[in-house]
Amino acid sequence: MSEPNNAPRLGKTLLNGIIFENPVLVLLLGTCPTLATSISAINGIGMGIATTVVLTGSNVVISLIRKLIPSKIRIASYIVVIATFTTIVQLLLQAYVPSLYDSLGIFIPLIVVNCIVLGRAEAFASKNGPLLSLVDGIGMGIGFTMTLAIMGLIREFLGAGTFFGIQVYPNEFAAMLMTMPCGGFLTLGCIIAAVQFIRSRGKKGAK
Amino acid sequence: MEQIFAIALSAILVENYVLVQFLGICPFLGVSKKVDTALGMGLAVIFVMALASAATYVVQQLLIMLDITYMQTIAFILVIATLVQLVEMFLQKAVPSLYTALGVYLPLITTNCAVLGAAVLNTQEGYNFIESVAYGTFSGVGFTLAIVLFATVRERQEFCKCPKAFEGIPMALVSASLLALCFMGFSGLSVW
Repeated sequence: MSEPNNAPRLGKTLLNGIIFENPVLVLLLGTCPTLATSISAINGIGMGIATTVVLTGSNVVISLIRKLIPSKIRIASYIVVIATFTTIVQLLLQAYVPSLYDSLGIFIPLIVVNCIVLGRAEAFASKNGPLLSLVDGIGMGIGFTMTLAIMGLIREFLGAGTFFGIQVYPNEFAAMLMTMPCGGFLTLGCIIAAVQFIRSRGKKGAK
Repeated sequence: MEQIFAIALSAILVENYVLVQFLGICPFLGVSKKVDTALGMGLAVIFVMALASAATYVVQQLLIMLDITYMQTIAFILVIATLVQLVEMFLQKAVPSLYTALGVYLPLITTNCAVLGAAVLNTQEGYNFIESVAYGTFSGVGFTLAIVLFATVRERQEFCKCPKAFEGIPMALVSASLLALCFMGFSGLSVW
């Protein structure tokens, strides 16, 4: 199998993850961490970066060993690779960014069962070379991080009146609801609705 | 006994997995279009979560004994994946009727974060064996409650008119948000 390594293909793969197949907004994968960790922008970005590292690492490794794995046990093998990277990220965060580690809590070990990571392993890394898989991992990771950051910004601004932790308007005017679970559902629903709206308008324009 | 009751109440209502802790959202959104499939998924989750809580408790003790608790994530996910596979094979042979009812949902459960979440939370809370199993089971019950309630809401939505951009998932998320708002009302119970 020859590998098309040309630059346009790489760029397309990268953009694919960020915009056209944004894992959260278009493919609707990985909703649990999206909703749970986007209470503030910093949290969202931290979670996004942690997931990106796991995603990129596991994508590369899986694409390197994709010809060695018998197809019957491939899912189990993928899970072991992903779990290894998750553990590495977990230990690194615990050692160097303990505050983030505490605020993300249970959702760090849960990166293992994030459907984005396993989904990309199965749908992309098992069929493509290491370089393309690396780019795909980074693209999907950026798409995920971006979504989390936007959600975090909105929820933080409306729910606590802060912007990256800086108080913008007094706390008393903030709708606490937005940092609560129901605010998470509401924000994600509205963002996806906005994306659908933009896409349908884009189609009309093309006609 | 009192302890078990407190765990049950908090797992089902106060800290509902789906609506308060955001665990298991994927099946919650994916398999909630009809009440009976939602119920099937819920039952499968209760079953697997009870078993997984028991199994991971034993594994955790083993890890502590060997002093390799940093292997927790890898060990847990492997145990859960194996367990789901075993349950599937066992049900297929022993209780075919239950297997056909749950069949489709069983493999999906491996990547349901609620199961791994329950296992990790059990060790964090330091529950003993019986408390772990109770917590796992009742968390599953909480999941089932949420997904069945949500499915009834979504069944009715089929016939409602809504703005074009909100059709499908966005509408579902907004209704989930209202459901979560209701469950927030239970948070007052947590003092007890």
